[in-house]
Amino acid sequence: MSVAEVMPPVVQKQALSIETIGMTKIFGPLVALEDVSLKVEAGTFHALLGENGAGKSTLVKCIMGYYSATRGQVLLDGVEVKMNNPREARANGIGMVYQHFTLVPSLTGAENLVISRADAPAIIDWKKEMRALTAFLDRMPFRVPLDIPVASMAAGEKQKLEILKLLYLDQRLLILDEPTSVLTPDEADEMLGLLRGMAKRKEITVIMITHKFREVTTFCDSVTVLRRGRKIGGGNVADLSTEAMAKMMIGDTVIREGAVRSAKPPGDTVLELVALEAEDEEGLPALDKLNLKVHAGEIVGIAGVSGNGQSELVEVLSGQRPFSNGRIIVKGKPFEPNRDSFYRLKIFGLPEEPLKNATVPKMTVAENMAFRNFDRPPAAKFGWWLSPGPMRDKARELIARYRVKTHSPESAIADLSGGNVQRAVLARELSSDVDVLIVANPCFGLDFASVAEIRAQIIEQRNHGAAVLLVSEDLDEVLEMADRVAVMSGGKINYVAPIGETDRTTIGKHMAGH
Amino acid sequence: MSDNSLAIVFFALVGGALRVSTPFMFVALGECLTEKSGRVNLGLEGTLVLGAMTAYAVSFHTGSPWLGVLAAGCSGSVLGAMHGYICKLPKVNDIAVGIAMMIFGTGVAFFFGKAYIQPSAPRLGSFSLGAWTGNAQITQALQINPLFLVGIAVAIVMAWAFANTKWGLIVRMAGDSAPAATAMGVSVDLVRFLSTTFGGFLAGVGGAFLSLYYPGSWNQGLSSGQGLMAVALVIFARWSPIRCILAALLFGAAGAIGPALQSVGITQGYYFFNAAPYIMTLFIMIASAGSKRAMRDVPGELSITK
Repeated sequence: MSVAEVMPPVVQKQALSIETIGMTKIFGPLVALEDVSLKVEAGTFHALLGENGAGKSTLVKCIMGYYSATRGQVLLDGVEVKMNNPREARANGIGMVYQHFTLVPSLTGAENLVISRADAPAIIDWKKEMRALTAFLDRMPFRVPLDIPVASMAAGEKQKLEILKLLYLDQRLLILDEPTSVLTPDEADEMLGLLRGMAKRKEITVIMITHKFREVTTFCDSVTVLRRGRKIGGGNVADLSTEAMAKMMIGDTVIREGAVRSAKPPGDTVLELVALEAEDEEGLPALDKLNLKVHAGEIVGIAGVSGNGQSELVEVLSGQRPFSNGRIIVKGKPFEPNRDSFYRLKIFGLPEEPLKNATVPKMTVAENMAFRNFDRPPAAKFGWWLSPGPMRDKARELIARYRVKTHSPESAIADLSGGNVQRAVLARELSSDVDVLIVANPCFGLDFASVAEIRAQIIEQRNHGAAVLLVSEDLDEVLEMADRVAVMSGGKINYVAPIGETDRTTIGKHMAGH
Repeated sequence: MSDNSLAIVFFALVGGALRVSTPFMFVALGECLTEKSGRVNLGLEGTLVLGAMTAYAVSFHTGSPWLGVLAAGCSGSVLGAMHGYICKLPKVNDIAVGIAMMIFGTGVAFFFGKAYIQPSAPRLGSFSLGAWTGNAQITQALQINPLFLVGIAVAIVMAWAFANTKWGLIVRMAGDSAPAATAMGVSVDLVRFLSTTFGGFLAGVGGAFLSLYYPGSWNQGLSSGQGLMAVALVIFARWSPIRCILAALLFGAAGAIGPALQSVGITQGYYFFNAAPYIMTLFIMIASAGSKRAMRDVPGELSITK
């Protein structure tokens, strides 16, 4: 049987236009979204720009029916539609790709696609379904393996499958929440380019939440900027400069000037990783004979698509994960990641998700800030008799110096906002002499002001002669911060270059493993 | 040991596997279904005992052992449904509830079962796969109860359904990623409730086998922890119904080591060999806890892995 007999002729899909009028969402005392009206024409690629907490997610969740809006209407193709849950949104042709994946890990690609259909047959005839799926994929701009479990797919493949799922379900308005964070620059460009092409052909309309100006200017037709729950501006991307958009996003918040990078040449090798190997939870190799040197007074930025061993590397260096082979050498001596060595060799770190990895959420800010030295004088006598007084005093000093916003040193650290948790941990880690600093995704999910502050702190440590290892999934951050760039792919460092001798394209190619 | 006694031991082990494995099989299949949907039911030991009591009582009163089997399944469903309902409530830990349900199930069974320790109820029949050989020993060893075959059929149907039916995929979805299931409009709680209920039904049927076929009477020490071992067995079988059958056969054979050796005159360490299934459980738990393959197959929503 040929494909043509199985598949009905492809019906020309029509893109949806969407309009929101006066969308407002109030959570208790918090106005998360206030009177936002926007219009996205059919077949356009629309960007939703804004800082964290600006209300982008709230807006799309109101559209999708996750939240019921306090006020406001949604118009699809000019007709008012009430959507009370995501299923109703789906029935109306609106699909969303979330930042976290909504695929079922143990199911294969094909199983995920078929079961996502509302009319999935009770008994699945896999021969017939596979024929239909193959025919469907032939019409699609990108393809993914159908017969392996999603758990064994790379992040990029999962992301593509998420989007394919929406297209498979015939959704004609796609909402994408930061869709490129798990892709290499090339993959991101390819995917956005293909979606843009589909929009141009009026097959779909796309709304993309993003904070990357490059993606907005390259792929989007129009843009809406939100700040603190309100629509600040927007219009055709062609009419707006990056500066204008950035200004709309930030408003009048004062941003700390970036610390000036001192032009000292880097010193001796401080941190050296030799043929380092480690395994992930499933016993598969996560680090594969990794070699890297970091000198005093330089920042080595590790770029790479997430899931290529970066988290495992940071965990190994911070003692959270055993390494199975190889050596870590600090200042010429072998290094065992334990409390004593951290103290003696002055190794400090800011891991990703600090609330989870670097604090005990229910303990107080003061206690959390004392983790590095609570068992040493003046906080402790004889190494075990703790005195809360000096601990609190030290915390007060750090809170003031690093501008941590908290009610008191006695508040639980979990009650602080993300940026303030980050500052509190940074205060703890940077308050004494630092020789080695290991930082992972330090600015993830923070607003501009915190980002500038934290980056300046890191640069200052570099200027003071610390060897800084910066692991970041945000290539722009690496390009801005690093003196040397190392690219990690498949658990290996496969490319190292001084920042002046490389560019985004070259790095992107190595991120993809070439 | 002579060739003859080796053969005797071998057939005794095979016979033991066929005879003893059935309750393991049913409880393991019930637990497999429950865990695939993302919930642990440690209460299946209680379900097994209650099923045994119910089956015996109903068989005694109606004279029909098969009605007893059905009643045992139904009593298991009730316990399963209770577990499923309680676990649906917010902030309830399914492990703790499971232990409570285990004690509750055995308690209820002992309470109502007092009257049935003495009387003799009609038992389930059997047929021999070895009758054609004319060898009494083989005929004896290859006695098969229909429930054994039912168990294998259930396992095959389950394995097929997990891969080829909408409901199978929905159960796996609920067990592996509740957010994904919810996003598709599947009620995770309902799926788990139904899976737990049907899992309880299977465990109850396993209990019927204990009281109506082998050992074939009702008393309070009937199960001696088989329900709990079956839960361990599911981990060993890495959540595959077919492997559950194989693992159950292995456990059955281990349980027959003591009697088999005794039958050829080796009585030393009789109690030690009788403890083989328990020792095996322990080693299997140690071996599979560190097993990376087990980690890969475990349903993502299971509270024991979170």
